[in-house]
Amino acid sequence: MSGQKPRTLFDKIWDAHVVETLPDGTALLYIDLHLTHEVTTPQAFDGLRQAGRKVRRPEATLGVIDHNIATDASRYTGIVDPESRLQVETLEKNAAEFGMPLIPLLDQRQGIVHVIGPELGRSLPGMTIVCGDSHTSTHGAMGALAFGIGTSEVEHVLATQTLLQKPAKNMQVLVEGNLAVGCTAKDIVLAIIGRIGTAGGTGHVIEYAGDAIRALDMAGRMTVCNMSIEGGARAGMVAPDDTTYDYVRTRPFAPKGEALERAIEYWRSLPSDPGAHFDTVVRLDAHAIAPQVTWGTSPEDVLPITGVVPDPEAAADEARREQMRRKMQYMGLAPGQRLQDLKVDVVFVGSCTNSRIEDIRAAAAIARGRKVADGVRAMVVPGSGLVKAQAEEEGLDRILREAGFEWREAGCSMCLGMNPDKLTPGQRCASTSNRNFEGRQGPGGRTHLLSPAMAAAAAIAGRLADVRDYQPKKGDV
Amino acid sequence: MQAFTTLTGIAAPLPKANVDTDQIIPARFLKSISRSGFGKNLFANFRYREDGSENPDFVLNQEPYRKAEILIAFENFGCGSSREHAPWALLDFGIRCVIAPDFADIFHNNSFKNGVLPVKLPREVCEQLMEDARMGGNARLTVDLEREVVVRPNGEEIPFKIDPLRRHLLLNGLDDIGQTMQHAPAIDAFEAKRAAAQPWLAGAAGTTPAGA
Ligand code: SF4
Repeated sequence: MSGQKPRTLFDKIWDAHVVETLPDGTALLYIDLHLTHEVTTPQAFDGLRQAGRKVRRPEATLGVIDHNIATDASRYTGIVDPESRLQVETLEKNAAEFGMPLIPLLDQRQGIVHVIGPELGRSLPGMTIVCGDSHTSTHGAMGALAFGIGTSEVEHVLATQTLLQKPAKNMQVLVEGNLAVGCTAKDIVLAIIGRIGTAGGTGHVIEYAGDAIRALDMAGRMTVCNMSIEGGARAGMVAPDDTTYDYVRTRPFAPKGEALERAIEYWRSLPSDPGAHFDTVVRLDAHAIAPQVTWGTSPEDVLPITGVVPDPEAAADEARREQMRRKMQYMGLAPGQRLQDLKVDVVFVGSCTNSRIEDIRAAAAIARGRKVADGVRAMVVPGSGLVKAQAEEEGLDRILREAGFEWREAGCSMCLGMNPDKLTPGQRCASTSNRNFEGRQGPGGRTHLLSPAMAAAAAIAGRLADVRDYQPKKGDV
Repeated sequence: MQAFTTLTGIAAPLPKANVDTDQIIPARFLKSISRSGFGKNLFANFRYREDGSENPDFVLNQEPYRKAEILIAFENFGCGSSREHAPWALLDFGIRCVIAPDFADIFHNNSFKNGVLPVKLPREVCEQLMEDARMGGNARLTVDLEREVVVRPNGEEIPFKIDPLRRHLLLNGLDDIGQTMQHAPAIDAFEAKRAAAQPWLAGAAGTTPAGA
């Protein structure tokens, strides 16, 4: 429209979903898709029941079981932990009572909510998507506005299909140039967080742009958007393009035929207009990014794998020095230690950040024809039953098993220390997940975040390793 | 939701930045299906030693802070997950107000919805309040939401600002679902318009997955 102010991708999706604006500027925002899981919903359904309320649009809601479940064969014989079982049963009961569709635990489409939303074609460009889970930002890779909400807001969306929201500020993260060999979407997003810090995106929605982002496949874009919350932003997004539409085309619940063409025509109007205003712009040179790994207990404590553990005494002030000393003590590190000398006990390839087929291929490419080092427990946990089936069809499970990796059932697994997959105190883990907080993977566990290829290299080396020293070996699958 | 008007109580000093939700309530304790009972595991990794006994060095295990109703911390409080169990755990322990230089967005939202008041004050002020809090039982703070001031033990008043809508809901203990329900006709109209303009949203994407 002529005369209209240029708008960002976020502005456009936001504007298209405002039902009403309240006098103080708060918007009543319409929600197109509401994903729910077993941990953050029981109290919300309870609230509905107590108030005698219904789910306004059950068909726009989808229940998924992912956080609590075992990822070994025991899931087929029932959940052992009584509290976990109760949470899962409660979601099943609530789904039946309120008419909410649910992917059953033993269905092949079961998996981590942020993997299966896009995979099934439920998460589409231009949508507003929420879930009681901070990594809902993942779905922003589709060109959607997707963010995590708390349980009270889950209840609000269930009852009204809307949320009360204040508009966010716009941040653009521009990543230009080609990624160097051995570097991936995970390295991009870790480098971004290292740059802006864990609170850098607070109050913002991040749009990732630039040719390095454009060049990523959908899985890579999801990895980047996934960790927006680790940079303090509630949502991250990538404008939809042909890569997006090609991905959507083959998804079971996505529109088909003429409906799809009409949708694509609309989606093409979504990318930010030239000259649209961003409150904050951050630029990164993709070529300058080396494979990344975290050393501390915050995702911003990140360095190239060639780096050494920093010296707290070099920090600016005493508060910061004290904080760093505490991190080192927790992580069992000394200043000046080479990251590549750190021995690992466990390697975890999985989580909503890195458990898609592309991630498993990347890990398998490094593992092929090699062996996991003695004393290392290495596991690969696919993000969904469909990813697992695809990987098995490609023979990746065989390559990984032969190398000594455990090949498991889909779920959140060792990302959060809530199900049977946990670190024990003092164990050091190379993990493709998204949080290295104290105790995140189990009390006393020490997490180093990195890419799937870097994780596989660590498993082979028995220590943190530079993936560039482990180029894939040729071989047939 | 319990209304929040004025609170006078003991403030516990927690001089840390980036207190994340896994510290506030570790994931392994998220298995309850009710909102209550999380208080005993608030800050569990700090409060208890590996054998389950109390760690006497942690502030909330010390008198008078076992009865703290206010928590003073540093930057980016509540970062990490969206778990509302974080404010539930604070509330269940008895903490109804957190004062810090800034908060992570989702935690900030979640707190208001549960009657926990997050008050943003500049770092220097938080440092002063941290000193007040270290004086223990003789130094109670007052947080007055009506007048939007924190009153220090020496009587000094420090103003703060809360979003007017949130303040209104909190002062009156109002549930915002009830408020939103009053907009039902506008939501109906929006849905009708949307179904016409973007039929793909109401089509295949809206059906129950086969076999579910
Ligand atoms: S994989 Fe980890 S971060 Fe992702 S939804 Fe599960 S617990 Fe959360």
